[in-house]
Amino acid sequence: MDTAQRSEYWRRNLRLMSVLLAIWALVSFGAGILFVDLLNQIVVLGFPLGFWFAQQGSILVFVILIAVYVWRMDKLDAEFGIDEYEEEVHHS
Amino acid sequence: MSQIQLWTLVFVVLTFGVYIYIAYASRVSSTAGFYIASGGVPAPANGAAIAADWMSAASFISLAGIVAFTGNGYAGSVYLMGWTGGYVLLALLLAPYLRKFGKYTIPDFVGDRYSESARLVAVVAAIVISFVYVAGQMAGVGLVFQRFLGVGTVAGVILGMVIVFFYAVLGGMKGITWTQVAQYSVLIVAYLIPAVAISVQLSGIPVPQIGFGQILAELDGLQRDLGFEAYTAAFTQTNMLNMVLITAALMFGTAGLPHVIVRFYTAKSVRAARYSALWALFFIALLYTSAPAIGAFSKLNFIDQIAGTRIDATPTWFNTWSDVGLITLDDANGNGLIDYGPGGGELTVNNDIMVLAAPEIAGLPAPVVGLVAAGALAAALSTASGLLLVISSSVANDVYYKRINPRATEARQLLVGRIAMGAAILVAGYLGINPPGFVAQVVALAFGLAAASFFPILVLGIFWKKTTAMGATAGLVAGLVTTMAYMLWTIDIYGDGEGILGIAETGFGTVGMLINFVVTIVVSQFTPKPSPAMQELVEEIRYPGKSKLVAAHAEGHLDETAAEEGIIDEPPSGRAGRD
Repeated sequence: MDTAQRSEYWRRNLRLMSVLLAIWALVSFGAGILFVDLLNQIVVLGFPLGFWFAQQGSILVFVILIAVYVWRMDKLDAEFGIDEYEEEVHHS
Repeated sequence: MSQIQLWTLVFVVLTFGVYIYIAYASRVSSTAGFYIASGGVPAPANGAAIAADWMSAASFISLAGIVAFTGNGYAGSVYLMGWTGGYVLLALLLAPYLRKFGKYTIPDFVGDRYSESARLVAVVAAIVISFVYVAGQMAGVGLVFQRFLGVGTVAGVILGMVIVFFYAVLGGMKGITWTQVAQYSVLIVAYLIPAVAISVQLSGIPVPQIGFGQILAELDGLQRDLGFEAYTAAFTQTNMLNMVLITAALMFGTAGLPHVIVRFYTAKSVRAARYSALWALFFIALLYTSAPAIGAFSKLNFIDQIAGTRIDATPTWFNTWSDVGLITLDDANGNGLIDYGPGGGELTVNNDIMVLAAPEIAGLPAPVVGLVAAGALAAALSTASGLLLVISSSVANDVYYKRINPRATEARQLLVGRIAMGAAILVAGYLGINPPGFVAQVVALAFGLAAASFFPILVLGIFWKKTTAMGATAGLVAGLVTTMAYMLWTIDIYGDGEGILGIAETGFGTVGMLINFVVTIVVSQFTPKPSPAMQELVEEIRYPGKSKLVAAHAEGHLDETAAEEGIIDEPPSGRAGRD
């Protein structure tokens, strides 16, 4: 990777991260805490929605967020021709 | 010997036999094997190991009860979101980059990226945090032996120590990792079987995460009838500000705990480190989404079977668990009925009972009860061994090899690592038998301390090349000192002050973390920038492919290689590379 490619790779990594972290904050701090009373007005399958986000939904979304990250980063690596990963353990 | 004891014994002997076999099969002879399993663990196995390492005796035994009983229900969400949300931060912000850096310990990264004084602070923090935790695990082992097998706590702890000694000293990280994979399997099966059975009983749906919804309206109603707030009502115990701060402290603390972060060094590659985080959270989520369901089901069962019951007509399980002191009943008004209400009424219920007694409350057969005991032991032992490895590697690698005897041969380092591990096990066992009274409180606070100390300097160290050694050290100290001061001031066993804005001591770590970030950034503006070669090294760890500088840095000639590559003009005079 030359310098231009590197900064492009890093820029796209940062953009992916920002989107995922925004969702991370929205489901936990947003839906699970700040807007919990509002969402609790809606009941789905017996769960007041805000309560569901606080005890189930946010955890589910966290797993999905990491899955999306892993998947998108694999694609990004492929696009930039990274097919060989660092496997060494360096120690002195 | 009762049926339950017999089955418990069968499962304990069986699982311990498996752990010992794995230990023998994965013994190691190199420091890389001992500290990080030679960085060769496939992602799903590493994920299961991380999950077992992460889920302690407290997660397994107490979590459901903490959510359902200590709180009205909603308040316990801080633990559910906090102890899982941290993995998103780990996966996105730390795991791939630390794996690329490829060292043995977290102080290794802090010391190499910043300075030797930062390394020392990191070593001390890592050791203190790990010892606090490990004491709780050993106490948990003793507890399970005592309650399920009638063995004394001391004998139980010693037995646990012998098992851990066997696989941790012999196999180091490699033995620990593969044993943890087995331990995860045991603990998740032991957790899910009763969860599914209770869900079927109460809701007719075999998926506890869904069946849970069917009983919430009824549970809300029951709680209101007894004078509690509704189970699902928000902010009845913890206000919004503290909900946010405590959740954040647990999340950022999770991403700053040395025994969790170090697990990403054991992954095969940068890509495997990312996948390890995914597998880990998936495995953790299986238990963490079941726990609130078990809590709610058990609370419904509990209120249903106990509240208002005649004292001489209590169910058998109630008597079993009140015999060992997990439930105490005091018929204060002498009406012969159990009055349960806000603050407990005439009942004092230990949180641990929700999981330990769940199979009996639901009327499940004795083998299931025995399996739950084996699961609780697996949870305690797996977490203990991961923590002991951090202590051992901090002493042997970061202190002995890096500071005392840099010329030590590999065999010598390995010997010191094993001796440190053995000594740590002895100390942990002692703490398990004689737990200091404040352990439970300190464990909760350890997250705040980890959030206020490690998290900011690790993230800035990777994402901001110009973070300076002095900036990071100042931030580390500022975050740590303010958080500790606030905790000492507000926690009831010490100062019992009221605090600022009513911020709970468990939530202050979030504030300490912000202080750390601000101080690190501000001081970094005014102090000497990292060398160009170091900045280039930080640049390189952002890309997952192979690269020259990381290897050159490890071999001690970062500056020369950087000069050859044309990154800097010439190596600075004097001692080049890392010290």
